[in-house]
Amino acid sequence: MKKLILTAAAFALTAGTAFANDVVRMGTEGAYPPYNFLNDAGEVDGFERELGDILCEKAGLTCEWVTNDWDSIIPNLLSGNYDTIIAGMSITDERMETIDFTQNYYPPAASAYAALSSDVDLMGGVVAAQVGTIQADYVAQSGATLLEFATLDDTIAAVKNGEADAVFADKDAIAPFVTEGGDVVWAGDDVPLGGGIGIGVRKSDTELKEKFNAVISEMKADGSLNEMILKWFGDEAATF
Amino acid sequence: MFDFCADPKTLEGLSWLMCYLTTGKHMMFYSSFFVVLALMLIVAPVALAFGFGGAIAARSPIAPLRWLGKTYTSMVRGIPDIVFFLFVPVAMDQGLEYLRYLYKCPHDGTPVWANNEFSVCAAAKLPLSTSPQIWHEVYGFALAVIAFAIVFGAFAANVLYGAMNAVPRAQLETAEAYGMSPAQVRRRVLIPQMWTYALPGLSNLWMILIKATPLLFLLGVEDIVYWARELGATKSQIYDYPHPDWRFWYVLALLVFYLGMTKLSELALDRLSARLSKGQATMAGEAQRKAAA
Repeated sequence: MKKLILTAAAFALTAGTAFANDVVRMGTEGAYPPYNFLNDAGEVDGFERELGDILCEKAGLTCEWVTNDWDSIIPNLLSGNYDTIIAGMSITDERMETIDFTQNYYPPAASAYAALSSDVDLMGGVVAAQVGTIQADYVAQSGATLLEFATLDDTIAAVKNGEADAVFADKDAIAPFVTEGGDVVWAGDDVPLGGGIGIGVRKSDTELKEKFNAVISEMKADGSLNEMILKWFGDEAATF
Repeated sequence: MFDFCADPKTLEGLSWLMCYLTTGKHMMFYSSFFVVLALMLIVAPVALAFGFGGAIAARSPIAPLRWLGKTYTSMVRGIPDIVFFLFVPVAMDQGLEYLRYLYKCPHDGTPVWANNEFSVCAAAKLPLSTSPQIWHEVYGFALAVIAFAIVFGAFAANVLYGAMNAVPRAQLETAEAYGMSPAQVRRRVLIPQMWTYALPGLSNLWMILIKATPLLFLLGVEDIVYWARELGATKSQIYDYPHPDWRFWYVLALLVFYLGMTKLSELALDRLSARLSKGQATMAGEAQRKAAA
């Protein structure tokens, strides 16, 4: 009997390790260019795709990309639909209560307001932000009326059709809408928010977190991370 | 797709549009229409089977079975669809993974539900992390089918239960007088006759099912609504085919698709209803008899 239990346990253990770290599923939103977006071939593309692929290669992991809506991206990580969140997610204390982050792979970035004219009332008007972002929290505390939307694109559309006076979001993400000669312009000053962007992992996945931490440190040290940041975010982007 | 699409930024007018409408992403959009059609075609018979079972159970002379049938219809009918659509897939997913956990994982005392996380060992994951993405999508789709089938099965059960009661009692009595057993009465008289009474209700359900398919989007299945939203969103210069907010046009296309689907169904259901009324002791059947005479 004892032998039987031992063999069963041994079998279970080998089965466990055989599957343990074969494929890491990388969860992203796919609607936040240039961090991550679906390119015209329908594949995940962007800064985080390129970075993620290199991190996985260096750490010897096989990675697969999955997209998930932003507002359920943390719950679905916790229930195990994928193993990481690599979706321009800033490291905050509030998020650290439910999930863990690797060290940041993108330095604390500026957030900015954009509106139809540069003199709108940012502190008393209606400001749109993507739901569950640090920018939404900031707007709620700024005294302005917060209008939340599921995607970044919806927030911009809200400003264009007059539903909101301004949009508040990560500066790099809304830059294309402002710089491409549309009717949206910058408003107010930039606001530095968050502790940089890291890869979100389940608290129980310490091994995976350490692997990513090691390769991110390596890329920070040899300058290849900075190169990639400049490539995707332009010459004025903040680097390490 | 076409050779001249190699450098999209130089294209203009019609050739731009042709290249734009044949990108890989648009192909995924087009194929998602088949996902929706597949959902409807799979859910309809499964829900009908659920409904049939529910209706037979609700009429059963065995009390526990009758309670089961009645509970099923009243519970599902009393809870908003959307709650069910959100609940069933999550509950089923975690339930199945928990069952697999029981016999596939080493039981070393790691809790399954702990500080918000639901974690089972990699071997118990469904589908396995190592399986290709397509299996994850098929699995998500299957969960959606089950959620739809449970909800629409309850509606169908109610319709069929009503239809069975609508078959004239005299018909069943005659069959009994011929000495048929209850099972024979059910199979030979009740079920063939009830369809004509059930059809209006069932065709309503079919229409509702067609219109409920965008709920797939809520379940994370990449359906036509997902792609319409994704493709219509403003595209900056980082994309090969930059364009302003075109969601209006994409949603318009969905609108046309759904109108077309319901129109087609209406035509088909009208023919079916005429076919089923033939020789029935109902107003439609009587009208057919008179028209022929």
